[in-house]
Amino acid sequence: MNLELTEEQDMIVGIVRRYVREEILPLEIGLDPDADELPPEDKARLIEKTKQMGLYGLDIPPAYGGPDIDLVTRTLIAIEMSQHRAGLYAPCYGTFGGAGLAQLFEATDAQKERYLYPVLRGEKRGFFGLSEPSGGSDPARAIQTKAVRDGDDWVINGGKLWISGADKADFGLVFARTDSDKGRNGVTCFIVDTDTPGFHVRRIVHTLRSANYATELQFEDMRVPADNILGELNRGFAIANDRLTRQRIPYAAGCIGVAVKAHEMALEYVPQRETFGAPLSTRQAIQWMLVDNEIDIKQSIWITLEAAAKATRGEPFRKEAAMAKLVASEAGGRVVDRCMQMFGGLGVAKDLPFERWYREMRIRRIGEGPSEVQRHIIARELLGASLR
Amino acid sequence: MATRLTKPWMLIADAVKRLHGHLGVFELADADDNVIYIGYAGASSQFGLRAEVSAAAQDISSAVSARYEVTSAYHSRYRELLMAHTADYGEPPACNPPEMLRQITLGKLSPS
Repeated sequence: MNLELTEEQDMIVGIVRRYVREEILPLEIGLDPDADELPPEDKARLIEKTKQMGLYGLDIPPAYGGPDIDLVTRTLIAIEMSQHRAGLYAPCYGTFGGAGLAQLFEATDAQKERYLYPVLRGEKRGFFGLSEPSGGSDPARAIQTKAVRDGDDWVINGGKLWISGADKADFGLVFARTDSDKGRNGVTCFIVDTDTPGFHVRRIVHTLRSANYATELQFEDMRVPADNILGELNRGFAIANDRLTRQRIPYAAGCIGVAVKAHEMALEYVPQRETFGAPLSTRQAIQWMLVDNEIDIKQSIWITLEAAAKATRGEPFRKEAAMAKLVASEAGGRVVDRCMQMFGGLGVAKDLPFERWYREMRIRRIGEGPSEVQRHIIARELLGASLR
Repeated sequence: MATRLTKPWMLIADAVKRLHGHLGVFELADADDNVIYIGYAGASSQFGLRAEVSAAAQDISSAVSARYEVTSAYHSRYRELLMAHTADYGEPPACNPPEMLRQITLGKLSPS
């Protein structure tokens, strides 16, 4: 693996870094510390800017009008995009757009017309409805939401938990059990319009993360046309699994970006802050914290970039993606914690971003599959089918 | 945790006396106990709920009583209360300025 950035990567990373520092950070000063959106006029202005930069819709495949940027470069960009207060869950406040739900690229032509293209034009939003009160890391067994065939429709009953963005979405991907005897081969993915009778967003689930909150959904005799099955009947698990694997790389990149920014702030602060007549930077305890930060960040970057490089080459990357998610989310937590310690009282005040990062970073060890599940995936890849 | 605020109403002056600089959310009601304003005291607020309830009550002459909830999750709780009110009455509270609501993206709840 080449450890040097190409000229093009270096240029793109520089552009995004300047954008975050010159456009996002100054705006963020005037926002609530827990804000997850920009005022509409600022967002519209900045979207025009990222379009001019040629970086809008980063994750959209070139065939659908997105910029042709490989996954390693997109990972480097994601690390830059998250280097601000809201960066972990609202990198650059969505001003780089996105592909929405990547699974829709595999949809039928009619489904693409109705859901994918409006998402790419920024006209519709979707949500991903997998986790249930019975669990999220083991969808093959945990999914209890049931879909029963009735003529040309399916009737869905059940519920989902921890679903982000469902209250603001126009549609969602809902995974439901269509054959109770077949385990992972009995789950189907349905595209569900949120104005369908029987679709309810019952409540916000309040957590450590006050921004980009999760919701709880309930489905009561929700009737969905058979044409709204995404992919094949009883093959929804593969769709869910593919998404979970791919999502781990940008998830890791977000953790790294925040860690990089926190570390940078600490490096700037400790030579200035004096205690007992000398700068904090002269204290070995502080130096070791900075060293540990540096090592945590470097390890996370290389493991994550390796996963992205394997995915770019079309090689299996399940193990590497799990390692990236595991290492970056745990390292990110340690780095933010150390930086808080170095900043003392200021570190825990809402005046600085550490407090928000600390709360949100804690969730990263659980969201998108907890650390223990990532270790299980890695062990399974090492030991083979005996653990499946 | 209940979606709607269900605490008993207090006269605004009594509520302000009890309040400190906490973060949280609050509702103001008219003489008939209709919710006419939903607000919050966020981390940028200098004196928390005490200051925000006082300021909102001064601006809204029909406000008679208040109730509040101390919470550091004011960001999501504020949105939840606005969405629940909209689900119940078809629109946000009468005294929440539309220009303020335009600054946030409110979703749609159908609370039980």
